[in-house]
Amino acid sequence: MDQSTLVAEKDIMEALELVQDPEISTVSVVDLGMIEDVEIHDSHVSITMLPTFLGCPALEIIKKNVVEQIESVAGVKAVEVSFKTSPPWTSDRITEKGQQGLKAFGIAPPPKHFTEDGSWHVDCPYCGSTYVTLDNIFGPTACRSILYCKSCKNPFEAMKPISNLM
Amino acid sequence: MSTNAVEMTPAHKEALAELLFQLADDDFLLSYRGSEWLGLAPHIEEDVASSSISQDTMGHAKMYYGLLEELGYGKIDDLAHGRSAKERKNSILVERENGAGYYMETPRYDWAYAVVRNYFYTLAKKVKIDSLKKTTYQPLAEVATKVSMELFYHHLHWRTWFTQLLSSSDEAKERMNKAIDGVMADFGDVFSYGNASQSFKEFALIEDATVLKQRWEAALKEVVKALHIESPIIQQPDRNGRLGEHTEELDRALSTLSEVYRLNPAVPW
Repeated sequence: MDQSTLVAEKDIMEALELVQDPEISTVSVVDLGMIEDVEIHDSHVSITMLPTFLGCPALEIIKKNVVEQIESVAGVKAVEVSFKTSPPWTSDRITEKGQQGLKAFGIAPPPKHFTEDGSWHVDCPYCGSTYVTLDNIFGPTACRSILYCKSCKNPFEAMKPISNLM
Repeated sequence: MSTNAVEMTPAHKEALAELLFQLADDDFLLSYRGSEWLGLAPHIEEDVASSSISQDTMGHAKMYYGLLEELGYGKIDDLAHGRSAKERKNSILVERENGAGYYMETPRYDWAYAVVRNYFYTLAKKVKIDSLKKTTYQPLAEVATKVSMELFYHHLHWRTWFTQLLSSSDEAKERMNKAIDGVMADFGDVFSYGNASQSFKEFALIEDATVLKQRWEAALKEVVKALHIESPIIQQPDRNGRLGEHTEELDRALSTLSEVYRLNPAVPW
């Protein structure tokens, strides 16, 4: 095959880095750990993704955005995007870059640890204070919680921890 | 040993579909009832929380209907919106109205009933999901594992409401106790498998209903002990939703929730 028509995985991953979460413009679907597998057969690209939450209404929008972005990669003729539940998406799949992106948006990254009774702690993404209260485990989207910083008096959000221990 | 759809006998496939319909219809109807509470919950934070839980729960129903679609039982939208009350396999508990009135007019819904129904149902769902993680049908085991992670938060939420209201004022306790009676009167078919107990066992789809029922009662006993109320015991059902026996409340729910779908069933949404 002519080298120029080969689709490189590197190009696909770079394109995926440009697909943002529709509601958090500072993180990509790659940073969120939603990309499970990329397969390239000639000019045909298949991408397997993991839903963060099963009832997330943004999944179809994300899928559409991924298709559009990948279609724009040189040499790609067909794109297929599917979701699967195994392995389950867990919040530790969010990359270091993703965690920084969440903070930049005012969302605390998910805590790495939580206790047996389900409680967990994050610091304020604005001032770094540890003096925060959990206002509501449930937030504006399925994957977020609402908290309040008693130091800088800002309400903020956190990504809910989701783990295999649950 | 896990199985896949290709090598299944017709009897095996039928048993699996029966279980999936029971799981899907339960979550679908309860999330619909939850959606009727939108804007009416006791405070804004609860409105955010319970609507988020309803959205997750609708997502779970979608996964089960999706597995049925893969098995050739029809499309997700048609399975969710297009089936009559007679064909539904949900328990009576989830089809019950939220209280008097209609949400578009003057709803006088009962929050105590919502808390007890959601808590008792979520605990039952947790017991089932824990069992389904070990089911022989691998795609269902995978869905159960994912559902379990979201259910963790639902369970925590409803248990908190339940214990707090039962540790509150006399009026709250009285209303909660009345709600417990109302919920338990409809709880008989929650752990029923209808006519499929034998086939569920034969294909090792889920553990025996008696075992799960005991787990539910034991888990609840721990919680109510500290609240000084009697442990609820599951009775035999008068009416069994798993056998397609339903109330008029289900007819009314289906007529409302499928209104847009019925305008043009060919439109995807």
